[in-house]
Amino acid sequence: MTSAVFNPTIATLALQALLGRRRFFLLLAFPVLLIGLVAVVTALTDGAAAYEILPRLGYPLVLPLVAILAASSVLGPEVDDGSIAYLLSKPVNRYGIAISKWLVALSATLVAGALPILVAALITGDGTRATALFVGAAVAGTAYSALFLAIAAVTRHAVIASLMFVLIWESLLGNLFTGVAWLSIGQWGLRIGHELSDQLPDPANLPWAIGASAVVTLVGVWFAGDRLRSFSLRGED
Amino acid sequence: MSTLVLDSASRWFGNVVAVNDVSLSVGPGVTGLLGPNGAGKTTLMAMMSGFLAPSSGHVTLDGQPVWRNTDVYRRIGLVPERELSFGYLTGRQFVRANADLHRLPDAAAATERVLEVVDMVEPAQRRLDTYSKGMRQRVKIAAALVHDPSVLLLDEPFNGVDPRQRMHLMDLLRRLGDQGRTVLFSSHILEEVERLARHIEVVVSGRHAASGDFGAIRRLMTDRPVQYAVQSSDNRTLATLLMAQESVRAVSLRGEHLDVQVDDLGSFAVSLPGLARQHDLTVFELSPSDESLESVFAYLVAR
Repeated sequence: MTSAVFNPTIATLALQALLGRRRFFLLLAFPVLLIGLVAVVTALTDGAAAYEILPRLGYPLVLPLVAILAASSVLGPEVDDGSIAYLLSKPVNRYGIAISKWLVALSATLVAGALPILVAALITGDGTRATALFVGAAVAGTAYSALFLAIAAVTRHAVIASLMFVLIWESLLGNLFTGVAWLSIGQWGLRIGHELSDQLPDPANLPWAIGASAVVTLVGVWFAGDRLRSFSLRGED
Repeated sequence: MSTLVLDSASRWFGNVVAVNDVSLSVGPGVTGLLGPNGAGKTTLMAMMSGFLAPSSGHVTLDGQPVWRNTDVYRRIGLVPERELSFGYLTGRQFVRANADLHRLPDAAAATERVLEVVDMVEPAQRRLDTYSKGMRQRVKIAAALVHDPSVLLLDEPFNGVDPRQRMHLMDLLRRLGDQGRTVLFSSHILEEVERLARHIEVVVSGRHAASGDFGAIRRLMTDRPVQYAVQSSDNRTLATLLMAQESVRAVSLRGEHLDVQVDDLGSFAVSLPGLARQHDLTVFELSPSDESLESVFAYLVAR
């Protein structure tokens, strides 16, 4: 049996899939718009008002959307049209494929999601707060990309399912019921960032936030690999 | 030399049975998997290539199960029917990626060697999305052959390929079979299978309908009773004349037509015009009423 390790060929193909499609420009538009918006608001009013954009829009929306785009780009289309069979008809460990694709999605999420949040937060002043938010975004981005990869491995409607999770569960219900924070990836990230700056909220306890983020990440990637092991080609349906 | 074995393999999707209790064994040489569309060829291929679990029964390659067994791909080369979605890669990059995924010791040399085998060296630096259907098919075969597998599985490899390219592909597959590889391809076109495969497996409606040498199966198919609809100036007179013929099995009047069941295709077609002229009858219409491939297969199943 081959071992479950990073596979550079799979990662290269995933990166080409990510960069070679039109979605890439969408992926690029999010950080550009976010930084632009924060810069404009900072210039017109002040950093305090501009910062509010980040916990309300940048962190809870732009970050998971970028993660959805990245995760679905590295796996979604191939699963949808069955052309992943070209990769899977090779003696390559399925968990290795999942890990490699996840690392590409994670890198894209960090570069196009977490990093712009850091840059935007720095524009509004307070470097500690910015670093804290960046750490939170990096943690949440890690778990998000693993979760969305797992979703992309099971359903053809991965983008819709992932959006529902973010918009309905995390945003809508998360705002109505504080208890949802215990089961919200975004809130876990904020809780971890809270350790660096108490300007970030404190929605759950720290060991839970760390443990839950780690579990979602590991289980998500493992599950994606397991689904790839059982990947089935159906006739024209 | 490898042998792929299905042992009472069935596959159902909910209430629909796609493959029903099929047992067969595919050994070295070229084997054709023949059946009409929707007969379960793709499902069978998917089970044989490890992309579908049999609902019951077993699918094994040299004794090892194929499902959830990543290592079988060291010996299997798969050419799926699906189109390549890697249009942004060149032919060479795509084949090379396949070689790399197999961790071949000299992936670059293996890539060039196999591009030569499928005669795609010259267009290999072009992007896949500029290729014709036949070229894409050849690149797919190159990618499946790059690790020198003992088994090559091809799902409808000639679909949409123009005749000249088709000849080329057939020559290639024949060569691979002569080298002692186990080559299995599926097709719904009788003539295609006839020209390439010596051994044929026929599936109809998910069942294994026939298996064996092509000549024997072809004879079964041509010897089967055939239905004709005939319209003439005097159907009743023609009916009595036809009934006296050795090759005719049954005649019945149906409105303006005569339904004629014929045992021997050749002698019936030859004798009918002369017979009509002798008795001053005019035949207006003669049409086979069940010449579809489906009816040929249905006959094989019912037999």
